[in-house]
Amino acid sequence: MGLPARPLRRRAAIFSYCAEPELLEGARWLACYLTTGKHMAFYASFGTVLLLLAITAPVALAFGFLGAMSARSHIFPINWLGRTYIAIVRGVPDIAFFLFFVIALDQGFEWLRHQALCPGWDQPIRQGNDFVVCDAAKLPLGTAPQWVHETYGFLLAVLTFAIVFGAFAANVLFGAMRAVPRAQIETAEAYGMSRRQSFWRILVPQMWVYALPGLSNLWMVLIKATPLLFLLGVEDIVYWARELGGTKTPRFTDYPHGDWRMWYFLALLVFYLGFTKVSEVVLGRVMQRLTFGQATAGGEAQRKAAA
Amino acid sequence: MKLFLTGTAVLALTASLAMAASHSETVRLGTEGAYPPFNFLNDAGEVDGFEREVGDELCARAELTCEWVTNEWDSIIPNLVSGNYDAIIAGMSITDEREEVIDFTQNYTQPDPSSYLGMAGTEIDPAGAVIAAQAGTIQAAHIAEIGATLLEFANPEETIGAVRDGEADAVLADKSFLTPYAEESAELDFVAEDILLGGGIGMGFRESDAELRAKFDAAIQSMKEDGSLNALIEKWDVGETF
Repeated sequence: MGLPARPLRRRAAIFSYCAEPELLEGARWLACYLTTGKHMAFYASFGTVLLLLAITAPVALAFGFLGAMSARSHIFPINWLGRTYIAIVRGVPDIAFFLFFVIALDQGFEWLRHQALCPGWDQPIRQGNDFVVCDAAKLPLGTAPQWVHETYGFLLAVLTFAIVFGAFAANVLFGAMRAVPRAQIETAEAYGMSRRQSFWRILVPQMWVYALPGLSNLWMVLIKATPLLFLLGVEDIVYWARELGGTKTPRFTDYPHGDWRMWYFLALLVFYLGFTKVSEVVLGRVMQRLTFGQATAGGEAQRKAAA
Repeated sequence: MKLFLTGTAVLALTASLAMAASHSETVRLGTEGAYPPFNFLNDAGEVDGFEREVGDELCARAELTCEWVTNEWDSIIPNLVSGNYDAIIAGMSITDEREEVIDFTQNYTQPDPSSYLGMAGTEIDPAGAVIAAQAGTIQAAHIAEIGATLLEFANPEETIGAVRDGEADAVLADKSFLTPYAEESAELDFVAEDILLGGGIGMGFRESDAELRAKFDAAIQSMKEDGSLNALIEKWDVGETF
């Protein structure tokens, strides 16, 4: 077997002068250093986090809306289901939820597939510590390429985040629905609207203004909760910052450096602060729109200012 | 029609079973990717190091297709047991405690001495000092046993950081991991006698996966016999040869 002459394989770099990193200095060294494959993975992980937020937020809101609707329902089992969901998820610590729930969810899916796909299986699924299902039932299949495993992990993460944040959102929306002045519903009833009509046409359009402060808090917390991703095996920005910032000795890299974690975390700080600022601006505008024409102090102030 | 449907169903089922059988030779290897020279991420962001080369060679010899996966050290055993990957190859020493949960192959490194790395010019008595170690390692267990103050960290890098910050008097870890730090940093040096812990490093498998473990065990044996394992041990400087 042929051993490579050097432990590290050199990759094609973006800049031609990166071929001999040990000869570089200053800006050129930095340019090469910041464009290594590892750094590209770091930059890509920002995309992962943004994508996660972009998918999770609407899904969590949908979970929350369904939760709030069922908690308001007059049909007992639905009402009970909604209230239980809100109470349990809000009560369980996030980290326990993330560690336990994801493995349980994954094993639950595999168990279902196992029952459906491998009827002839004669061994127990639980063997001591091991959870053993037939090869065909594995999720994703053991033969699937790495990106399928990563996508599956990512979707599990989205689902878990959505369930957790959905419960909080449900509570916020539930409260907001009750905050809409009773007089509004009474008027709808006086016009002869059914319960369903007054819910969709009167209650829902008006409740957002009460829900938004609570929902915007949730959004901010969600932004900062993304490091929990690594518990689920998704390599997020905090993982890469820690990995890249760690001390690198010349034996194992072309770009040795000391403990630079502070600088990487500083970059993350700037990213998070910037992201929070943008969110605040956007949420402020949304609030202004929602307040327009509402029977709230904010709506009244807007009306006076316009008059 | 009914016969036709059953026939198709049977065909589809056999096809998928056959596919599962022919592809089930893909093995997912789980590693930490943060413990040079055993395993680390290189500049290109790929798993590299002694175990990368050993693992690739073992897979070639066992005629398996292997895929590398990184996982946090803390949850590396639970994720193996729940089936997220098929083997652990992460500088994991063979100990009785771990044998209760997973099964190991024979060792592919000699028991590597563990060393205390501290600030150069100091000398410490381990039993009365504050020692940093990675959580869930044999070194952490040893510190707890001798009654010293143990500071546990989730990854190896943070244990070195704790010594630099003065939070810990020394860090206890595998000598092959600490040597590059001692050589390349003027402020760090070994500060106490080396100790021998563990039974060498082996690959970990689920207890229900005896067949796969046997394949790797045989491949390790063949690498020991033809000297290729020794060549890699010398190249990466991970302790004594066999």
